[in-house]
Amino acid sequence: MKCCIKIGPERFHADQIKFFIMISPFAAVMLLPIIYVVFHAFKPVDELFAFPPRFITLRPSLENFTRLLHTANSSNYPAALYIFNSILSTLLTVVATLLISASAGYVLSKKEFKGKRLIMNMNQAALMFVPVAVAVPRYMIIKGLGLMDSFLSHIFPLLAMPVGLFLVKQFIDQVPSSLLEAARIDGCSDYGVLFRIVMPIIKPALATVAILSFQSAWNSVEASQMFIENEKLKTFAYYMTTVTSPSGSSVAGQGMAAAAVLIMVVPNIILFIIMQSRVMNTVAHSGIK
Amino acid sequence: MKSIRGLADRYSHWVLLMPFLVFFTLFILLPVIFAVLLSFTRYDSIQSPVFVGLQNYLDIFTHDTVFMQKVLPNTATYALIVGPGGYILSFLLAWVIAQMPRIPRTVLAIVLYSPSLLGSVALSTIWGVLFSGDRMGYLNNILYSLGLINEPVAWLTSAQTLLPIMIFVGLWSSMGVGFLAMLAGILNVNAELYEAAYLDGVKNRIQEIYYVTIPLIRPQMLFGAIMALVNTFNSPGLGVALSGSNPTPDYAGQLIVNHMDDYGFLRYEMGYAAALSVVLLTFVWIMSKAAYRMFEDRD
Repeated sequence: MKCCIKIGPERFHADQIKFFIMISPFAAVMLLPIIYVVFHAFKPVDELFAFPPRFITLRPSLENFTRLLHTANSSNYPAALYIFNSILSTLLTVVATLLISASAGYVLSKKEFKGKRLIMNMNQAALMFVPVAVAVPRYMIIKGLGLMDSFLSHIFPLLAMPVGLFLVKQFIDQVPSSLLEAARIDGCSDYGVLFRIVMPIIKPALATVAILSFQSAWNSVEASQMFIENEKLKTFAYYMTTVTSPSGSSVAGQGMAAAAVLIMVVPNIILFIIMQSRVMNTVAHSGIK
Repeated sequence: MKSIRGLADRYSHWVLLMPFLVFFTLFILLPVIFAVLLSFTRYDSIQSPVFVGLQNYLDIFTHDTVFMQKVLPNTATYALIVGPGGYILSFLLAWVIAQMPRIPRTVLAIVLYSPSLLGSVALSTIWGVLFSGDRMGYLNNILYSLGLINEPVAWLTSAQTLLPIMIFVGLWSSMGVGFLAMLAGILNVNAELYEAAYLDGVKNRIQEIYYVTIPLIRPQMLFGAIMALVNTFNSPGLGVALSGSNPTPDYAGQLIVNHMDDYGFLRYEMGYAAALSVVLLTFVWIMSKAAYRMFEDRD
């Protein structure tokens, strides 16, 4: 009772020790595999072959990375090409998703019109949408649109992002309508209101959507596996499946695979670390009522 | 020119909404509708579809022994443990780190969240090495040096261990955006409400969670539940990637999604695969209804 309610405390107190003890096994299980990948990625060949396997890297080297970037896979393209494709498709996906979600979120939050409820309900239902469940019809639609073997097939399927729209809309709900009214009276069109007033205010929500969209685009193998035959257009996440699966059991392959995992994961983690306070600010409004 | 601008201003809401609606329709709504329609046909992607009524569904539930004996029980076990389990774990860990000052809390939030950033490819690479079946595998090596095993265990290709490992990896990566939402929700609860609750007779922290925290962050709890659900079903490649084959050894790690891929893209029985996806979507829908039932605002 009395003082003991200390959620989100200001400073450390001996009472908190039990919580640190509770969390430490979980934190260790979460972190150790990731630390292990970091060590593994920097191991030179002789340490990869060391028996018994050692957790720590004694003489870190960039061998695995250079081998990964220079080794061509079966189709003779170097990893650098796949990395470039990944960066380009991810960048385009994130930018387009932000624009699409922000404009739709603004309309759904601040405008009244026929059909609005229906759209909001559909989006809410689509929060639980599982893209892999409809892989077959998505394949047929891509084919029907003539997007087979096109770079756009990396991007288009990811652009409508129900969670993104949902978070942006919830966030815009917090923006006072009077502020937008004032701008309208000053002669701003809806587009002006959106780009000059709403977008700057909802930066935290946009940062969050950017992270989620980055994650799904950067990790996506759907298009490379199913929609694109031309090796030149495939992405790094796909390339990883070719490095890791056939040679997965070979020890030298494991070093390269670990380096590849790092390339996949580090951008995600850095982005999240940079934006984490904005993300927390956004998800605080994420409740479904 | 002027009239185009006038129209664009007058219907600005539709103009702004249009891009989202187009992509939503093309890649979310239509695929679901197509899946339902296709599920009533036989279609090999070359000849045009033939209407077969409920035949595919009948086959799934009466003839497909692999589905009934392996895929369905595997999916149910995986989903019921990783879905609710990962969700409860997310809430409890969020609650525990909410008791800490800002810096350790932020660090721990990042640590717990980071596994969920890995896609299924990276996931299976990491765990594939740790569970690797020869003596170089870390787990084998540790067990061997402790004298617990004499022969290396083929963790990923053995029917007994593949599913438990998939469940473990699923739980390991389940602290996603729902976890962050619940953490933010817990941190935003007004401290005075706790004080009031203690005056009203709440006696310990467990009662506090049950009577104060959960009811107050119900919207975030619901969001977290839906995210947990999607996360559960959205890491399809796991079993296949870990074991290196589709079908997985003795179908031990076969989930509905893999079964669907098997029929859709390896055997080109698109109608049958579509019926499987309708079964999966129904499964997700039922579980999300349960989540809404639990947390929706009743007033």
